[in-house]
Amino acid sequence: MSNIYKSRKYVFLFLAPAFLFLILYLYYPFFVNIYGSFRGIKNLGTFGTKWNTPWYENYVKLVTDPVVRTSLKNTLIMIVATIIGQVGIALLLAILVDNIEKGTQFFRTVYFFPIVISATALGLLFNLIFLYDKGMLNQFLELFGRTELIDWKGEKLAIMTMMIPVVWQYVGFYFVILQTGLNNISQELYESAAIDGATRFQRVWYISLPLLRNVLCTCLTLGVTGALKVFDLPWTMFPKGMPLKETFLTGTYMYYQTMEAKNVDYGATLAVLIVVLGVLLSRLTRRVFKESEDF
Amino acid sequence: MKRNKIGLACLYLLLGTWALTTIYPLFWVLENSFKAKDKILAKSFALPLGDLFTLANYKRAFDRLDIGHAYVNSLFISGCVTFGVMILAGLASFALVRFDFKLKKFMHTLVIAAMMFPVFSTIIPVYTMESSWHITNTSSWLLNMISVILPQIAGNMSFAIIVLMGYVQSLPLELEEAAHLEGCSIPQIFFRIVVPLGKPSFVTVAIFSFLWSYNDLFTQMFFLRRPEMQAITRLLNELTSKEGTNYGLMASAVTLVIIPVIVVYIFLQKYIIKGMTAGAVKG
Repeated sequence: MSNIYKSRKYVFLFLAPAFLFLILYLYYPFFVNIYGSFRGIKNLGTFGTKWNTPWYENYVKLVTDPVVRTSLKNTLIMIVATIIGQVGIALLLAILVDNIEKGTQFFRTVYFFPIVISATALGLLFNLIFLYDKGMLNQFLELFGRTELIDWKGEKLAIMTMMIPVVWQYVGFYFVILQTGLNNISQELYESAAIDGATRFQRVWYISLPLLRNVLCTCLTLGVTGALKVFDLPWTMFPKGMPLKETFLTGTYMYYQTMEAKNVDYGATLAVLIVVLGVLLSRLTRRVFKESEDF
Repeated sequence: MKRNKIGLACLYLLLGTWALTTIYPLFWVLENSFKAKDKILAKSFALPLGDLFTLANYKRAFDRLDIGHAYVNSLFISGCVTFGVMILAGLASFALVRFDFKLKKFMHTLVIAAMMFPVFSTIIPVYTMESSWHITNTSSWLLNMISVILPQIAGNMSFAIIVLMGYVQSLPLELEEAAHLEGCSIPQIFFRIVVPLGKPSFVTVAIFSFLWSYNDLFTQMFFLRRPEMQAITRLLNELTSKEGTNYGLMASAVTLVIIPVIVVYIFLQKYIIKGMTAGAVKG
């Protein structure tokens, strides 16, 4: 290393502000949150006046609360929807785009832009689309002669209605990552395979997919951790777990307990659950879709 | 490579179908924002021409909803977050790559580990901390804005440091050595060489931070609870509970929020796509 960079003064001056932020706004609150999950906190903005009795009361509640079970189930469905829906559709589209010459830039632009738009605005937009009496979809079905209205946000279809916009919004994100990966595969490989008589499908199956493996792993890991962070769209479309607390995800339930039900300490406990879930799931994904070192 | 025409047409048909699902909903909300609210339910596919056309929804959005004010708040918050992240992360990444010091490895680990904390797990204590400083839920506009800006800067810091470290590592040391010989001080090296040469990387970071902050609802729900302090996503969220059945107003509000973003996206799409996916590719 060059001898320009020895000054301790500058190391400190350059690092201190950034690390002050990290410590004050991430590390310190992270641990205080765990502490808070053992306290009785009625109002947001205090540390509470006493410990819970027994001190692990919230964790007992966590195990017995049926809504926690619902929100865990919904979160798992969300993860599966992410893997199959987002990454699956994105992979399909990326492979298709890899086979055309004109218009790739157009599709890239159009597929990606839902990500740029705020999920809250999209939530309102989808509220209008899924409106019972009569949103876009029900009017559309009417054009095809359907007389009965479908209650998209009712009990039966609520979970599906919640997943569709989330999946839809992020397809473009994975599409761009996968398409970039496909572009990095040498064209000569395909050409020599074609000379050897490989069909289009064989070229995808034996060349594209194996070579995309690491990129796919990245996408799946991102998808799983991303699914745990979803908040804006579900909360805008189905506030407070409507209908009948059936649509809570771990994130929205944490918000509900903290801000609506005024169980701040229980909200903190749910936040701990989200962290544990995140760590476990990202470990698991990495193990299942282990990145290979071959390439 | 040759291929038959029918196959190619099918490809374009499939790709076009997905493109339609992303374009049409936005077009639909745009056309319906110009219709009276009862017409949206009856004739949502018709173009807003002749009798159907009205600007009433937009008038209402500006008069009753005060959407202009929310815009100012949003732009101020996101602007400050972007600026703060770029400066602080830039300095930190420069120090972490170029300088040699004892805790270097440890601090690098701290940065990476900080990416793992979901916002849910820090928000309650952050709120407690800020309310003990009396900067949130006060009548002062500036303090309220700051109470959102600070946690959002922290939330983008790790990602920004990691992206910028990658850039500083790729910068040839000879340039800085030459500048040093010419008598540049270390801050001068940073501001005159490292920052100007790293424009693309800084733009990536800026776009990511700006959009993330502009679109973030969760932090705003905690810190901007007074109506006059609301930023744009918070205002939209409120709209559902306040005017849940005024579909025309909703359509116009959604349009007003989406249109500027789309305009910016069309001009800067190359950088935006790069900015939003940079974190992914870096892992």
